[in-house]
Amino acid sequence: MKISEIVNLLDAKVICGDDMLENDVFSACGSDMMSDVLAYVKDQAVLLTGLVNSQVIRTAEMMDMVCIVFVRSKQPSEEMIELARESGMAVLTTDLRLYEACGKLYVNGLIGNGRKSHE
Amino acid sequence: MSESLTFHYDVDGEDFTSAGQASVQVKKNLRRLGIPPEIIRQVSIAMYEGEINMVIHAGGGDADVIVSEDRIEIILADHGPGIADIELAMQEGYSTAPDSVRSLGFGAGMGLPNMKRYTDEMTIDSKVGEGTTIKMTVKL
Repeated sequence: MKISEIVNLLDAKVICGDDMLENDVFSACGSDMMSDVLAYVKDQAVLLTGLVNSQVIRTAEMMDMVCIVFVRSKQPSEEMIELARESGMAVLTTDLRLYEACGKLYVNGLIGNGRKSHE
Repeated sequence: MSESLTFHYDVDGEDFTSAGQASVQVKKNLRRLGIPPEIIRQVSIAMYEGEINMVIHAGGGDADVIVSEDRIEIILADHGPGIADIELAMQEGYSTAPDSVRSLGFGAGMGLPNMKRYTDEMTIDSKVGEGTTIKMTVKL
């Protein structure tokens, strides 16, 4: 799925990373707990979250993710946007809640990668 | 034995917002050295978790990353409260982090187990009231 398709499906606003909209991503995860993202996520390219602080961007960077979607109309700070730009990540915001946003992407083919927690 | 390369960082314990800066820097440096991406990910996640721990629990500390021919070592040393029961601290889900940290997305009791998961070797040397030194190794 192209990032531009995520923008359309979630009626999202592109905060940064306009040049990445035609990039393909193959899986995603949704969590407000960065500890869990670090523990359980593997090779997911998109992070959907309702948590808004700089550690979200750093966590995504550590996991080699390329796109962050902030749900529930959360707005990232200038500092966070700058961090994301430096790391070459696209940042989107949507009014949808986490469950709905994940669901819309999932039914349209963006999978979760199906790994169990401890693999 | 060829020469090893050491990166040193002071981890600032004052500000949770800046936690992780050293790990981001390490990631960049390892990329420049041409280390394989999967190894870089292992090292940077382990170090990031350790860095967050030092900021949450110990008021910061020192981080050294030593890159040699066959391994990358990460040494995190702090002068925080120390870990009373290391075995308990290693259990997934066990956390002494305050609720304020949980609302920031951390403190789920996954830090130490994650550090162990992403590295080949990990030793914890800790004395209550004196501090903790964690040494992790990722083999190349």
